[in-house]
Amino acid sequence: MADQADFADQAMQYAPQLYSAALRMTRNRADAEDLVQECYLKGFRSFHTFTEGTNLRAWLFRILTNTYINKYRAKQRRPDESDLGEIEDLYLYKNLGTFDDPSIGRSAEESLMAMLPDDEVKQALESLPDNFRIPVILADVDGFAYKEIAEMLEIPIGTVMSRLHRGRKAMQKALHDYALARGLVAAESAGAVDGSPGQEN
Amino acid sequence: MTAPDMPDCSQTIKELDLFLDGELSDRERDAVRHHLDGCMDCLGAFDFHAELKIVVATKCNNDEMPPGLLSKIEQCFGVDFDGDGIIG
Repeated sequence: MADQADFADQAMQYAPQLYSAALRMTRNRADAEDLVQECYLKGFRSFHTFTEGTNLRAWLFRILTNTYINKYRAKQRRPDESDLGEIEDLYLYKNLGTFDDPSIGRSAEESLMAMLPDDEVKQALESLPDNFRIPVILADVDGFAYKEIAEMLEIPIGTVMSRLHRGRKAMQKALHDYALARGLVAAESAGAVDGSPGQEN
Repeated sequence: MTAPDMPDCSQTIKELDLFLDGELSDRERDAVRHHLDGCMDCLGAFDFHAELKIVVATKCNNDEMPPGLLSKIEQCFGVDFDGDGIIG
């Protein structure tokens, strides 16, 4: 049984990641701050139920996620999955054909890093409906395995996979829309897919 | 850039998420790697998504915490340590 006196020592190191995740979930600083505080309080109070030697970080994220779902999501409209529409696979990759430019000697990562401001990437993620946003946060920002995410959200692994797949594509479309609007990619390259059905959602 | 379209390619692209998320078995992962060794189209797609994943993880996880949040949290622990049952 974990000793409550050790909680702060072991758990406080995760505060920055929990705060970032909370901000991506709630989309505003005041709620994110409350959510992290509530997560730590709940963790502190129930630390005796934590099995020492298991993953404290995953345990805290589970509390954070459940607290968000129970407290904040109830206030919001719960969008249907069809809200994302149909987006082709490899959306961003296919539409940024000239993006990884060997002539300037940069890898795709450096180009993406340079081209996409932090705020735009955050906004692309935050634009997703809850059902998709939370799995993407847990997988892509915080690196949890499908099984861990399935347990945190109490949904089947297959559902985690399909929500990740669709959520990521929608995020890529948001990033591409940004790059288009900023003239960072040629509008021409997007013409072929922008006419596809179900795109306008 | 051409979209991967050989039968092997479509199977490999289907496993892109699982591969990058580290969710394939050793055997499945080796099969994907074997295909990528000989297929620049698929390798390009995998590379791109691997890097996008790093970009998302980096840019969405760098928020500065509000000043005072940590001490507020620790203060709450302090109150409960006293055993008066009041938080905050």
